Amino acid sequence: MTTLLVAEHDDGGLKETTARALAATLELGDDVHLLVAGKDCTPAADAAARLVGVAKVLHADADHLAHQLAEPLAALVVSLAGSFDALIAPATTFGKNLMPRVAALLDVAQVSDITRVVAPDTFERPIYAGNAIETVHTTDAKQVITVRCSAFRPVSEGEQAALIETIAVPAPADALSSFVSAEIPELERPELTAARVIISGGRAFQSAENFGKYLEPVADKLGAAIGASRAAVDAGYAANDLQVGQTGKVVAPDLYIACGISGAIQHLAGMKDSKVIVAINKDPEAPIFQVADYGLVGDVFEILPQLEKAL
Amino acid sequence: MKILVPIKRVVDFNVKVRVKPDGSGVDLANVKMAMNPFDEIAVEEALRLKESGVAEEIVVVSIGPAEAADTIRTGLAMGADRGILIKTDQPTEPLAVAKALKAIVAEEKPGLIILGKQAIDDDCNQTGQMLAALLGWPQGTFASKIVIDGDAVTVTREVDGGLETVKLRLPAVITTDLRLNEPRYASLPNIMKAKKKPIDEKTAAELGVDLAPRLKVLKVTAPPARRAGVKLASVSELIEKLRNEAGVL
Repeated sequence: MTTLLVAEHDDGGLKETTARALAATLELGDDVHLLVAGKDCTPAADAAARLVGVAKVLHADADHLAHQLAEPLAALVVSLAGSFDALIAPATTFGKNLMPRVAALLDVAQVSDITRVVAPDTFERPIYAGNAIETVHTTDAKQVITVRCSAFRPVSEGEQAALIETIAVPAPADALSSFVSAEIPELERPELTAARVIISGGRAFQSAENFGKYLEPVADKLGAAIGASRAAVDAGYAANDLQVGQTGKVVAPDLYIACGISGAIQHLAGMKDSKVIVAINKDPEAPIFQVADYGLVGDVFEILPQLEKAL
Repeated sequence: MKILVPIKRVVDFNVKVRVKPDGSGVDLANVKMAMNPFDEIAVEEALRLKESGVAEEIVVVSIGPAEAADTIRTGLAMGADRGILIKTDQPTEPLAVAKALKAIVAEEKPGLIILGKQAIDDDCNQTGQMLAALLGWPQGTFASKIVIDGDAVTVTREVDGGLETVKLRLPAVITTDLRLNEPRYASLPNIMKAKKKPIDEKTAAELGVDLAPRLKVLKVTAPPARRAGVKLASVSELIEKLRNEAGVL
């Protein structure tokens, strides 16, 4: 089986999500080609070639592929699809934006967010916010798949680099979309989906100011990423891209510390596969305690400063 | 401009579903159903565009069983002008839904389509992108801001790590994210008024679309359960446990 994995990258380097999606891709078959498409993305293509298990890197560099907009990128993936049995991408906002467009153009029913490869045409994926797991079998001749990255360990870099083939990409006749701007704040902390430790806050923080004031010192001590519940995002305490949950990010760190988060099913869907869960909450009956390995009943405003001092 | 808003009837977001013991699916008997929350945001955004004078008519469309008419009625009570129900008792996959919607677009000729980024039942996150692909239209997924400007729309998108703003040529497909707006509640007079608004019924056969599923669900199981752990008395006890018992510090 020959598969094409669409790499997620920022031209200058690969995102870790690519190495995780590669782990799933290798379970489908060992002839894996990696597509690195962008503008001035040679460093990302070089990094892709070093990932263990990659047979070949397809490097597409063109002005119209800058910012990797879905319309031209999907057209490129579709143009390459003939040589592959399966087309795969990480189930991040990048892959979620791109792959359904590819699938529809190929008339394929996509399998989203797979968490396990049962057989090369059979996969497990969570539904209903992770409250059920369905095993689906695809009947299409070709497959289009996105991979839930938290369910797979990233493939490491090896000694030997795979062959990089440069592919020519003619510009589309007319552009449907154009890039205007991006606001991607520089992260002082690890990225949520790649962090080993995550500390998350909920409604209990009462303000954006408190959210930062109480969580950041502990996160700094732990080298942790900061997450938030939907309630905290809705109330404006935290940015939307910090949201952990069914419709936010799905994470599975070694340690997840939920602070002042009650534990709505939508939030649990995003973090219940973490290795160790700690819950800090005033309400001893909060549902979060039902999934936590360790619980502390108390006020986050008292416990977090204590925790920061003790670490 | 006419705006088409596809909506889905799903299990209410507060319901914790249970897997059937025979593994054939989840138990939906007597479970509260509601409009997919992201679709409510889509209806709200369309209403705001109408109120600001950008749009003239809002059509909500749903694909599903007869009961999906209730969901359409909810959209009409919020303020949409009329509804279309594509009636089917089959389970529907995003690709089939996108094909049915494409057929509706051919009849209705909307200038903009707004729909939820994801349905909270199958969690697929596909329909909007697929519809855009089939129509050959641009797509603005996971929108947190929409500004119409002549024959283009500027969409700010929630992406991993921050925000991205793109400009799309109209007509276009936009999918909604959480922060786009806060949907209104339907007022009692509007609920009454909605009862008189028209809902057109169609079938997939009339639209020339095959809704047969392509994916075979072999089984549905409950996720591995997590057991509640222990409640600790102090921060120092917590740190001791994390260091020595769990080994994660």
